[in-house]
Amino acid sequence: MAIPLSWYLIVAAALFCIGFYGVLARRNAVAILMGVELMLNAVNINFLAFWRYVRPEEPLGQVFAIFVLAVAAAEAAVGLALIISIYRTRKTINIDNIDLLRG
Amino acid sequence: MTLILFAFLALIALAGGLGVVLSRNPVHSALSLLLNFASIAVIYFLLHAQFLGVVQVIVYAGAIVVLFLFVVMLIGGNIGPYRHGSRTVTSVIAVGLAAAFLALVVWSVVQVLPMSATPVGAPDAGSVQAVGMALYTDYLVPFELASLLLLVGMLGGVVLARRYQPFAEDETQ
Repeated sequence: MAIPLSWYLIVAAALFCIGFYGVLARRNAVAILMGVELMLNAVNINFLAFWRYVRPEEPLGQVFAIFVLAVAAAEAAVGLALIISIYRTRKTINIDNIDLLRG
Repeated sequence: MTLILFAFLALIALAGGLGVVLSRNPVHSALSLLLNFASIAVIYFLLHAQFLGVVQVIVYAGAIVVLFLFVVMLIGGNIGPYRHGSRTVTSVIAVGLAAAFLALVVWSVVQVLPMSATPVGAPDAGSVQAVGMALYTDYLVPFELASLLLLVGMLGGVVLARRYQPFAEDETQ
C-alpha cells in the first residue's frame, strides 16, 4: 500500500515547525542556524513529495530541491563565518548581546 | 511494510529535530541534526528520489554537520550555558506560533487532499541520469547561477572568517 501524499506534507510541516520554534526561542546563534537548516529540509521534503505525487514526468521538483540544497550550503557557510567573526569581536554568540544596531 | 518504514523514519526525523532544538549541548544538537538528515535521506529514497537521497547524505550529513561541529569546536565551551537566556515568555510565544502554524497546515492538508492519493509515473524518474539530463539541458542557466552563488558563498566565508588585520604595514609609517 502506498503512503498518502498528506502524510509527507504533515511530517514536513512538523519538521518545519520544530525548526521555526528553534529559530524563535533559542538565543544561541549556532542553534538558530540549525533551526534554519531544519526548515529548509522540510521544504525539500515538500518539493519531492509534490514532484512524486503530482508531476513525476517533469523533474522540476527535484531541480528545485537541488537549488534549495545549494542555497542551504552557501547559507551555512556564510552564517557560520559570520558567527565566528562576531565571536572574535564580541566574545559572545548570544543574540541578546549582539545589539550594535539597537537604537 | 512501506507504511511502517515511513512511520519509523518520520518518528526518527521528528525526534532528531526535537533533539536539535531542545538539547543543552551544542555537540548533541549537531549529532541530532545528523540523525534528522540521515532519516530524511531515507525518506527521499522512499520517494524514489535516489539522487537527492545520496546528495542529502553527502552535502547535509557530510558537509554541513561537519561545518557546525567545526564551529562549535572553534568557539569552544566558554560561551556560557548553551540554552542561557531562553526566556519563558519568548518560549511560550514561539511554541504558540509553531503549534498554530502546524495546526493550520495539517487542517488545510486534511481538508484539501484526499487520503488515497497515490504516486504516479515511472520509478526511475529520480535517477542520476534523469536529473542530470534536466539540469544540463532545460535548467542550465539556473544551474550555473547556483554555482556562482556557491562561489560567492565560499569567498564570503573565507573573507568573513579570516582574522582581521587592519593594515599592518600602514600603521608602522
